[in-house]
Amino acid sequence: MNTKADSSETRPEPSRRDILYIGTGATAAVAGGGMVWPLIAQMNPDASTRALASTEVDLAAVPEGQIITVKWRGKPVFIRHRTSDEIKAEEGVELSSLPDPQPDNARVKKPEWLVVVGVCTHLGCIPTGKEGEFNGWFCPCHGSTYDVSGRIRSGPAPSNLEVPDYAFLSDTKIKIG
Amino acid sequence: MSGHSQYTPKSGFAKWLERRLPIISFVYDSFVAYPTPKNLNYMWTFGAILSFMLVAQIITGIVLAMHYTPETTLAFDSVEKIMRDVNWGWALRYAHANGASMFFLAVYIHIARGLYYGSYKEPREVLWILGVVIFMVMMATGFLGYVLPWGQMSFWAATVITNLFSALPVVGPSITTWLLGDYAVGNATLNRFFALHYLLPFIIVAIVALHVWALHVTGQGNPDGVEVKDVKKETVPFTPYATLKDGYAIGAFLVLYAWMTFFVPNYLGHPDNYIEANPLVTPPHIVPEWYFLPFYAILRAIPSKLIGVIALFLSILILAALPWLDTSKVKSGSYRPQFRKAYWAFIATCVGLGYLGSQPAEGAFLWIARILTFYYFFHFVCILPWLSRHEKTEPVPESIEAAVNGRGVSHA
Repeated sequence: MNTKADSSETRPEPSRRDILYIGTGATAAVAGGGMVWPLIAQMNPDASTRALASTEVDLAAVPEGQIITVKWRGKPVFIRHRTSDEIKAEEGVELSSLPDPQPDNARVKKPEWLVVVGVCTHLGCIPTGKEGEFNGWFCPCHGSTYDVSGRIRSGPAPSNLEVPDYAFLSDTKIKIG
Repeated sequence: MSGHSQYTPKSGFAKWLERRLPIISFVYDSFVAYPTPKNLNYMWTFGAILSFMLVAQIITGIVLAMHYTPETTLAFDSVEKIMRDVNWGWALRYAHANGASMFFLAVYIHIARGLYYGSYKEPREVLWILGVVIFMVMMATGFLGYVLPWGQMSFWAATVITNLFSALPVVGPSITTWLLGDYAVGNATLNRFFALHYLLPFIIVAIVALHVWALHVTGQGNPDGVEVKDVKKETVPFTPYATLKDGYAIGAFLVLYAWMTFFVPNYLGHPDNYIEANPLVTPPHIVPEWYFLPFYAILRAIPSKLIGVIALFLSILILAALPWLDTSKVKSGSYRPQFRKAYWAFIATCVGLGYLGSQPAEGAFLWIARILTFYYFFHFVCILPWLSRHEKTEPVPESIEAAVNGRGVSHA
């Protein structure tokens, strides 16, 4: 690649030995990385945990105004049968007044059913229902309040309650996950 | 301070061993002949008290591990079994649980001693930083151990603390899942916390060895903050002087430890931790153990999640920067009148934050916590550097000998 003319005299041509050193070192580094990988990866959720993917819930038994809690992936999921007053109030909320602006209709599939992961987005506590200034949820740990759409309204939590992947299998049955 | 060994082997075996592994002379020089400044006060006994507590925690911990089961459906019951069925199990568990509190009490006094007498100053910076590292590993160990009984407070402490990492942008949630081994705190979490809780104390032992090594290279500081000039006149041999004084202090400390363990073993605990962990119900008022309260108050005082978490970690890490924040040539607070006021204001701030950490984060509590959090950092980044430059310090004694004579040795 380079001729004698442009290679500096202080830098001798790499020898066979240099190539061997670098090649050996690089191979050892790759092998070392390969050995460390399982040691790190074993800490991630195992196959049996990953397999607990979905839960089906029958909504027929939930009267208007009630919240039920179901377990999904070890976490609680809140299902709230909202009243028409609540739906009207949430749809009318000024988006500019929200810390994490999101319209109500982007957070529900059917307005009367709100499905959210019941884990406070601050540090993972479980908020209590129908409490707090906005009558949605109140987190007892550090005082975050959520509205009836599960949106963060005040306190240290950075974002709205997460809406999990779910689908209506029929009018009264959903599948979460 | 270390020179040629003062130990001369006498017996044939000692001479034989000395040429192959000079361990007897090493121990002799480190713990018998080792010169200690003669003006040390009782604040200098907490190193020995902490060594004692570390050994006590390891021994009680190992025997508890022989009866404990790190599995979510069995952990809580196995702890109750230790309390009711295992021979002396109640005493061992209460000694271990209260031992953690006593360990932290001793380490806070040890750190406060260092802050007052400028133990972090040249040439003891590395010694000090190793101490900060030990403190952080201790905090991790204490937290992991608190999760093991698998009560409500255990479970929710694990949830809140692991969620601190979810504040990191982009990688946060994956790191939290990786730490938990699940999408929420569960069996994988408990199992690994047990493994790590068993491991970390031995890491602490290794760092303590470095801490003591660094101490023996620079020599101990002392309440007057002047270095030893005349080893013969100004120091006394570690044994018997320091060994007996440390032994007496450990005895006095044990009175408090034993009283806590046998008379008020649950005083520092939370009743909620006698309710088995329930992943679907958060207790209405969750608080960490008392030794984490000031840091918890700092976390809650800041309305942003990420900045709150950063402030929490910085509040501990900033201690490691002390040698470069307080550059005053005078080491001891005894000769720094303005520093002394700032010092006590800082201690009051820490105690105040501790109280606020135990109260609900709302209303006036929240605002006072914000002011104290501000002051906590203000002390380190403004007051100490300012005092280093502008304080009128009192005259420092010429030597330890002069300091001792100046005070009059009527008590000797």
